[in-house]
Amino acid sequence: MADLKVTLSGLELDNPIIPASGTFGYGYEFAELYDINMLGSFSFKGTTLEPRFGNPTPRIAETPAGMINAVGMQNPGIDRVISEELPRLKKCFHKKVVANIGGFSVDEYAECCARIDGEEQVGLIEVNVSCPNVHNGCMSFGTDPLGISAVTKAVKAVTKKPVYVKLSPNVTDIVPLAVAAAEAGADGISLINTLLGMRIDLRTKKPVIANKMGGFSGSAILPVALRMVYQVYEAVKLPIIGMGGISSARDVVEMMLAGATAVEVGAANLVDPWACPKILAELPSVMEQYGISSLRDIIGGAH
Amino acid sequence: MKQGIYTIIEHTPLTKDVYRMVLSGDTSAMTMPGQFVEISLPGFFLRRPISVCDYDEKTITLIYKVVGQGTDALSQMKEGESLDMLVGLGHGFDAGKSGDAPLLVGGGVGVPPLFNLARKLIAAGRDVTVILGFNKADEIFYAREFEEIGARVLVTTVDGSVGVKGFVTDALPEHFSYVYSCGPMPMLRALYKAAQGKGGEFSLEERMGCGFGACMGCSIMTKEGSRRVCKDGPVFDKEVLEWQI
Repeated sequence: MADLKVTLSGLELDNPIIPASGTFGYGYEFAELYDINMLGSFSFKGTTLEPRFGNPTPRIAETPAGMINAVGMQNPGIDRVISEELPRLKKCFHKKVVANIGGFSVDEYAECCARIDGEEQVGLIEVNVSCPNVHNGCMSFGTDPLGISAVTKAVKAVTKKPVYVKLSPNVTDIVPLAVAAAEAGADGISLINTLLGMRIDLRTKKPVIANKMGGFSGSAILPVALRMVYQVYEAVKLPIIGMGGISSARDVVEMMLAGATAVEVGAANLVDPWACPKILAELPSVMEQYGISSLRDIIGGAH
Repeated sequence: MKQGIYTIIEHTPLTKDVYRMVLSGDTSAMTMPGQFVEISLPGFFLRRPISVCDYDEKTITLIYKVVGQGTDALSQMKEGESLDMLVGLGHGFDAGKSGDAPLLVGGGVGVPPLFNLARKLIAAGRDVTVILGFNKADEIFYAREFEEIGARVLVTTVDGSVGVKGFVTDALPEHFSYVYSCGPMPMLRALYKAAQGKGGEFSLEERMGCGFGACMGCSIMTKEGSRRVCKDGPVFDKEVLEWQI
């Protein structure tokens, strides 16, 4: 019997499969399609202190083996997430959820995390310091070790929940950023967010996306994500949630060998809404094929 | 919404870049006219959203225009080949609100999603008028098909080569009970102005990521807050849309 269980900072997951923030809403669209309780957890839509509409459309472009989005952290704001989304989610999801929190200042991150700290449904907080789609915020924290350190310390001071810092790949060297998060007290690292990219429409001769650039995700970025997870695993002794282009059970195993304790599945959910159940269904046979009895045993196995 | 494999049983060009494709398979997820499907195409990451022109218990008819590499690849598909589709997406037209004499207005490739609606309205005994707007004669399609199911059809062309010269708003009848429309945004805006005081529903188009409400890629701001074109629409009550006119 294949053992899929993993543990993230004391949070025990039945399996390492976590739909990624921004590809799973607040869960209930998918709960209409399958029992989302089969998932390890899921990371809800990036939430900020104030409600946000996000960027103008078009917000989506296609790429070879991937896509670009410039949604811009559209969300109803932390208070409505607590008063409306979480109670609605509770009816269809009985496990702990990952709260993905975005912000535009250190105080805003801290205030948002302080408000979600009392929510029993939240198993861990994923601090998004890496959204490429908003100006004057988010990614500017995520590409500066001092910014990451300040946000991490401020958030840790207001919550008892495990804090995972979600890093941007849009840097020359990911390691100093992971180290900054670790030294500031992060409980884990989540990576990678999307890569900054763009497409140009040959008919209009202008960028496809209204915001010009956006976050590139999908199968095409898997090797970049694997490389960065591998580097971060060597540099810090913290659990890692690995993501970026995962769309199959083989990708999950590969990401865990690179050093991830759990994985997030993102763009794949948008192309096939049943992507996560399919990955879960094929995991045991892929494990058997490669002589793996327990997923815990392979974390960082490639090092 | 259901995912399934559908077999192409007919695939024919209607104009130089507009094609009609009939597929057989499970249509049980289709609940109203104006819904759409998302088609997976080999070699392309995202699915393609295409509005449903008509459907019955066993078949789905799509009419699409070749506008890019994805729809170009779709146009190369042969009868007998199959497609992976998500079916029954979005909120469509509410035929129950039509009143006795509904007006249906389609512009270009906005014409197809009105066809099943027209069929249902005629079956319900409504007096249906359809205005089909095109640029010129060789772009016209489906005027005869609408007539064959019993609709009164008015064609407009911008160059005047067929029917009324001008835009769809140049052919508006004096009396109608409700208006349903799909077409380019400038046409919808002009129609909104021309049909003030009448109720109606407009189908919108937007670049989509998923097509089923998860990614927020196609959000628009309405008078009632942000809405997803793919899930809350594509058909909206025209009065909730922000027109800035």
